[in-house]
Amino acid sequence: MPGVEELVNDFFAKLENCKVEGSHATARSTAELLRSVISQQRVPSNIQAEALIEAVKVVGEKLTAANPVELAVGNVVRRVLHIIREEDLLLVTSDLGGLNLSVGSDDKDAAEMDNNHVAAAAASRNLLHRPSLHTLLGNMHNSACQNSFDADKNLRSRKLKHNIIEAVNELIEEIDTCREQIAEQAVEHIHQNEVILTLGRSRTVLEFLTAAKQKKRSFRVFVAEGAPRYQGHVLAKELVQRGVQSTLVTDSAVFAMISQVNMVIVGAHAVMANGGVIAPVGLRMVALAARNYAVPFVVVAGIHKLCPLYPHNPEILLNDMRSPSELAEFGEFSNGMDYGIGSGAPLIHVINPAFDYVPPELVSLFITDIGGHGPSYMYRLIADYYSTDDLV
Amino acid sequence: MQFHDKIRVEKAKKRAVKQIETRKRVDLFRHLPQYEHGTRIPDLGSKFFLLDPVHPAVYKVGLRYLSGDISDGNARCIAMLQAFQESIKDYSPPEKTLARDLTAKINCYVSFFIECKPLSISMGNAIKFLKTRIAKLPLTMSESEAKATLLSDIDRFINEKIILADRLIVRHALTKIRDGDVLLTYGSSSSVEMILLHAHELGKQFRVLIVDSRPKLEGKLLLRRLLGKGLSCAYTLLNAVSFIMHEVTRVFLGASSILSNGTVYSRVGTACIAMVAHEFHVPVLVCCEAYKFHERVQLASICSNELGNPDTISKVPGRKEINYLDDWASNENLQLLNLIYDATPSDYVIMIITNYGMIGFRSPFEFTSWVG
Repeated sequence: MPGVEELVNDFFAKLENCKVEGSHATARSTAELLRSVISQQRVPSNIQAEALIEAVKVVGEKLTAANPVELAVGNVVRRVLHIIREEDLLLVTSDLGGLNLSVGSDDKDAAEMDNNHVAAAAASRNLLHRPSLHTLLGNMHNSACQNSFDADKNLRSRKLKHNIIEAVNELIEEIDTCREQIAEQAVEHIHQNEVILTLGRSRTVLEFLTAAKQKKRSFRVFVAEGAPRYQGHVLAKELVQRGVQSTLVTDSAVFAMISQVNMVIVGAHAVMANGGVIAPVGLRMVALAARNYAVPFVVVAGIHKLCPLYPHNPEILLNDMRSPSELAEFGEFSNGMDYGIGSGAPLIHVINPAFDYVPPELVSLFITDIGGHGPSYMYRLIADYYSTDDLV
Repeated sequence: MQFHDKIRVEKAKKRAVKQIETRKRVDLFRHLPQYEHGTRIPDLGSKFFLLDPVHPAVYKVGLRYLSGDISDGNARCIAMLQAFQESIKDYSPPEKTLARDLTAKINCYVSFFIECKPLSISMGNAIKFLKTRIAKLPLTMSESEAKATLLSDIDRFINEKIILADRLIVRHALTKIRDGDVLLTYGSSSSVEMILLHAHELGKQFRVLIVDSRPKLEGKLLLRRLLGKGLSCAYTLLNAVSFIMHEVTRVFLGASSILSNGTVYSRVGTACIAMVAHEFHVPVLVCCEAYKFHERVQLASICSNELGNPDTISKVPGRKEINYLDDWASNENLQLLNLIYDATPSDYVIMIITNYGMIGFRSPFEFTSWVG
């Protein structure tokens, strides 16, 4: 499949060079890429699901290695794997239940007996998996082996792929519309004469606030500039273009302003399984200040940002150390950065992390596209969207 | 002065220094003056020969405040006192008694300074001291004697309360630095800089972490000076303070003033550092000379603060690509806020180091009675 290989390598290069900006775009591109991989993958008919899973895993491992900090890639890969397993399970159980496959004709095969055994084994294996909402609410028929079922292999394999592609399309649509869904909840949280604080720039927050403004809620926004990327400047400009009254402050003024603020609303780079948040640098400071003044700290994030991993030493392992030139020019301090003088070690270290880890006890609420949740609930959502087999 | 009161503002506009009030005031800070900075310097320059009441030394110092040349509390105070010394030397009293006339002149100079840049608390205390000394002059004293007394008083104030006080602070603080310490400091405080340099001279082994913030980026100056003396430093912005706090053993902060309820009034961002340090159980030590103590109380940073030039926020020096807000003044929904100071609650501070000794945070108000 030269076409798919090319696409994968292309995307790999983009990830390595950080050409894809933001977890939203990354998630979308990953999903589309995996869709191509699945549709072009030729699968042997008796172990289709496993073959697809293998193919997706190979691609997924390659992509996550390109940029380990971009957790959205891993999230989407695991979502797709979960979709494959789910669709497979659904098909098998519906076969076992003796449901009529209304699509196409049902040819009885000579090798029906073999299929029987293979399918029964597969079904019993699948039944031992942890139930997800899908399977709990779907039809589950336990009288496996005795029922005869229609086993047109080609039909089933085509149907599996077809279902999977459809589900991946739904995933892509979910990623696309997550900001709208989040923005719809804005009116529940923003009423009148509110003062909101945010830091840096999150497009989700922008749409959230815009939606509230459109529903004629009155509020003011303090935007902290978010050094050293200064994305807060961009957000302030966008907000005033939509008629929201905003004040740009420096990050140092956050503690001074927090007593006047009703709510802190921020976006996230990723949400971890324990409810912790990987967010732009400076947000842990804001969260601490908010807790000290009992100001709610609300994180808006699409569900594609939910990562099923628990964070271990996230400040180091899930962080991106950026170039010191954003803080100090090389020309200014070149004598301090010289390895050749004195003891051989440079006198000056410039520290420029890109992300901060906000522990779950500092977060009041997560607003996702499927509603609002507390940080202690996030691990439950993982069961709905990811399979335990894929967590390694 | 209450700047939200229109009548008073109109009266004040008749003063020497013409200010152009910007229309884009942040609502929350309407009680504080917010001016457009760039236009004042040439305006002031052209008016020099018209401003009879202001002595040239005072005028020079006022210009330096206006341009942001001096921002450190001690430096501003010393510059002001030296300007007063010059003006007292050239001063000759008319028929009125020296004390009353001189006090009136000093008041005039002080209002000139205020219009250049709002007074810092250190300056306020120094002015109070000077006025008390003038008032206490015996009426029988001759003019030259009175002037000589005042000049030596001012010299003594500078020596005792600032220079010697700093040395005492350094001596106290050195006992708190051990080998292997990682010391964090914020911005550029003259007292903390002296402490670090002395400790390095004594041969103590420690690392320094300098935290800096926009828009002044004063930490870079401190960094340069420390590097020049051979200290090994790390440098970062305020946002990353929770990232680095886990390896810090002590936090040394400077202060513009310590208020009567224990609140530390200092450069904006100090409160964030103290809060994060408190969270990570790192002791916070504030170094402040006793003459900067004030009997005022303050809870939040809003009631009394200083607003700086908002244009310095919209531009980032050295990064031309950050130009999203070049036309911020044209948009009435957008305001830029440049706070200069903030108030750190006393709960975050373990100890205050002054020339009188080291105080646990509960009792700074006992020491304000020792001042002056």
